[in-house]
Amino acid sequence: MRSDRGSRAPLGLKIAAAAGLLFLHVPILLIFAYAFTTEERSYQWPPPGFTLQWFAATWNRPDVWQALGLSLRVATISTAIALVLGSLCAAAVSGSRFFGRETISLLIILPIALPGIITGIALRSAFNIADIPFSFWTIVLGHATFCVVVVYNNAIARFRRTSGSLIEASMDLGADGFQTLRHVILPNIGTALVAGGMLAFALSFDEVIVTTFTAGQQQTLPIWMLEELVRPRQRPVTNVVAMVVVLVTLLPIVAAYYLTRDGAEIAGQGK
Amino acid sequence: MTTAVSFQNVSRHFGPVRAVDRVDLAIAEGEFFAMLGPSGSGKTTCLRLIAGFEQPTAGHIEIFGETAEGVPPYRRNVNTVFQDYALFPHLNVIDNVGYGLMVRGVGKAERHRIAAEALELVQLPGYGERRPGQLSGGQRQRVALARALVNKPRVLLLDEPLGALDLKLREQMQEELRALQKRLGITFVFVTHDQGEALSMADRIAVFNDGRIMQLGTPEDVYRRPASRFVADFVGSSNVLPPDFVERHAGTARWASLRPEAVRVEPGAAGAVTGTVAARNFLGASTRIAIVVEGLRLHAVLPAGRVASGEGEAVSLAWDAADLHLMEDEG
Amino acid sequence: MSAAAHAVLPGRGGVFGALADLLWRRPGVLLFVMLLPPVLWLGVIYLGSLFALLAQSFFSIDEFSGLIRHELTLKTYGELFRPSNLDIILRSVIMAAVVTLAAAVVAFPIAYYAARYARGKWRVLFYLGAMLPLWSSYLVKVYAWKLILAKEGILNWAFAQLHLTWLLDLVLAIPVIGGNSLSVSYIGTFLVFLYVWLPFMILPTQAALERVPVSLIEASSDLGAAPRQTFRTVLLPLALPGMVAGSIFTFSLTLGDYIIPQIVGSSRLFIGQAVYAQQGTAGNIPLAAAFTVVPIVIMGFYLWGARRMGAFDAL
Repeated sequence: MRSDRGSRAPLGLKIAAAAGLLFLHVPILLIFAYAFTTEERSYQWPPPGFTLQWFAATWNRPDVWQALGLSLRVATISTAIALVLGSLCAAAVSGSRFFGRETISLLIILPIALPGIITGIALRSAFNIADIPFSFWTIVLGHATFCVVVVYNNAIARFRRTSGSLIEASMDLGADGFQTLRHVILPNIGTALVAGGMLAFALSFDEVIVTTFTAGQQQTLPIWMLEELVRPRQRPVTNVVAMVVVLVTLLPIVAAYYLTRDGAEIAGQGK
Repeated sequence: MTTAVSFQNVSRHFGPVRAVDRVDLAIAEGEFFAMLGPSGSGKTTCLRLIAGFEQPTAGHIEIFGETAEGVPPYRRNVNTVFQDYALFPHLNVIDNVGYGLMVRGVGKAERHRIAAEALELVQLPGYGERRPGQLSGGQRQRVALARALVNKPRVLLLDEPLGALDLKLREQMQEELRALQKRLGITFVFVTHDQGEALSMADRIAVFNDGRIMQLGTPEDVYRRPASRFVADFVGSSNVLPPDFVERHAGTARWASLRPEAVRVEPGAAGAVTGTVAARNFLGASTRIAIVVEGLRLHAVLPAGRVASGEGEAVSLAWDAADLHLMEDEG
Repeated sequence: MSAAAHAVLPGRGGVFGALADLLWRRPGVLLFVMLLPPVLWLGVIYLGSLFALLAQSFFSIDEFSGLIRHELTLKTYGELFRPSNLDIILRSVIMAAVVTLAAAVVAFPIAYYAARYARGKWRVLFYLGAMLPLWSSYLVKVYAWKLILAKEGILNWAFAQLHLTWLLDLVLAIPVIGGNSLSVSYIGTFLVFLYVWLPFMILPTQAALERVPVSLIEASSDLGAAPRQTFRTVLLPLALPGMVAGSIFTFSLTLGDYIIPQIVGSSRLFIGQAVYAQQGTAGNIPLAAAFTVVPIVIMGFYLWGARRMGAFDAL
């Protein structure tokens, strides 16, 4: 819906929209201010003074580094698994009509449609029943399960926009299935896969609800933060970590947005 | 004369739908062959059977005497110009055109040289660096043509290639396609729902309906001597005359067709066949009038300059016996 | 054009050539190969776990030994209907409903402005403005609200600066939803829920509004409708599927969350917390499993209703 004429928004609407956006963004900006506060024992506002010392303190914290390292490793491997499973499924669902196609779409969406606690507790009790000890891999297993949908959604949207006759054109011109995959399909869905992968990475990097059920003694960064939230011990360090987490998740999301946006333009050209 | 494509009793069913139903067909080498029919008549499925995107449910297809069933599209020396052109959006024009050579392992320099030649053939020299998105509809159509021709196919398939172009461009492309086909000598199989396009371009036309070929013949044949009411109705806008009418005026109780331009109209009710003018449409070069005769609505097309009677006036009609074409069946 | 060229070309040979030919001839094999890994993963691991969990809800726990009795019984489901447990369910559903309604109200102007008036750079800004909070860290967002709602935090400070502390006290004095401070009241919990799930409402609403052709609105005013009437009779019905789609998320996510009420709010439990407590400290897996069935059933009805309203097309 877009008006071509220079119609102006009513003042009330402008104020409501601006207030809504402020409501969404001010709390995150607040995190940035708190990362520099000199106050260590409370959440005092306004901060009595500003300092950079907590960045150094955080830098020297091995537990933060360990949690960060674990989160990055989990997110990387979960994303890789989700990329494979999600793109395979998207290709199958978009490429042909078969019995149970709708069921598969539902199956993929289920892990995020149901509250995370259900996924978490289901996996935990399954690990218990099967006598699987909690480890790095149990965390990955949970994360990959709900990351698939992100990759799938991105890939299937691109498949839908990509004209089906492109694949036929490639085969018509002498390319077999593998050549078509390499020269036509991957270049056309590539950016969508990268975008989906980035979002999956952000999702995994940030996940806490399922992780609390599938992790043993290990702490991912969100679990570390959750501990701090429930029992605050090092408030300044937590403030710094929170800010870093915001920045780390920001980049892939903005990148994913621009990737899919340009992709939409490219894919639309075939029409 | 060599047969380029032959269908022997070919059917293609999609579930209960018989998209192609027991079709027999022989397309000669070097022929410009049109498949004409309304949408859903099976013409595009026939094209896809030749390209290899579909496999026949029953029957046998040969391309230049070689069995086609079970041969994937990428191993058929047959290329297609798609209805939506299907240009690869991620490749520029020269790489689009050279795609077929690339997958066959032709080196880059050689590939670009041949592709540039093909672009000259379709009158788009120097467009190699553009992206498909930067081209107009007509230019995309030419790129699609160049891309399909670069592999030197033995049969070129064109699926409604002019459908997306505006009238003027379409007429220009019709001439160019025809000239190109004569020059290259490649067999063209052309699918269209536009009877004018089929009549003006093709050497022979197959008229499709409900998955079957209703008539196969030269444009002249199909236009002047339609085999059935469907063909008479679909190809041009013939007057289709029911058996009782034909019996009264020609002595035989059979369906017949009568081209509007074969009908002569004189003012006054003096002739053997008389009627009343119901409507008059000025078409520029001609005038088309609708006349109600014995409860039947007939059309006549009169050249411009002839005085046509006004609405509501009585007229008499006449035609040469040779123009009244009796049809084979009642389908 | 050489007359010698064959109409059927030889294959490209090699393992890949042969495999490509095979997969082309048997598209079912290709489909099977593509579907097998995801279906195995989600169908076996994920669904398997879900069913195992559901199965446990039909077991019960022995009150003396604390061990799970592996006999099928509906006893555990019966426990759900204890007043204390019913309270938990009711509390969660009311909170989810209130959060959903509030999210719809707050989201609409943002979505409407973005869909109708924002252009060019502003459009990107609005889109990212909803996207970034959606994807940024859940815990960081909760943490931010812990900072905001703290007694020494910015909200109390702002009220004090404006000499409105009396107003805040008045609100907190309201029974049930009030409390000693915002961070231990239902109002606080509600605010955090609203904040965290709001983007899930904005994006589908905006998408639905973008599909409304501007000519419809012009037609409505052309036919004499006042802006208010146009809004009520044209815009709102057309945006509704998008809002219902968004409400699936806000409702479901609120219903199952156990971290927000644990960090901000009174000590009274929500469904998520009950599940967490039952499976963790209490070790009562059957009751935890039975509790998880509650949101599944509620969401089942919710999705069924949403589907009838055409919300799935707006997803």
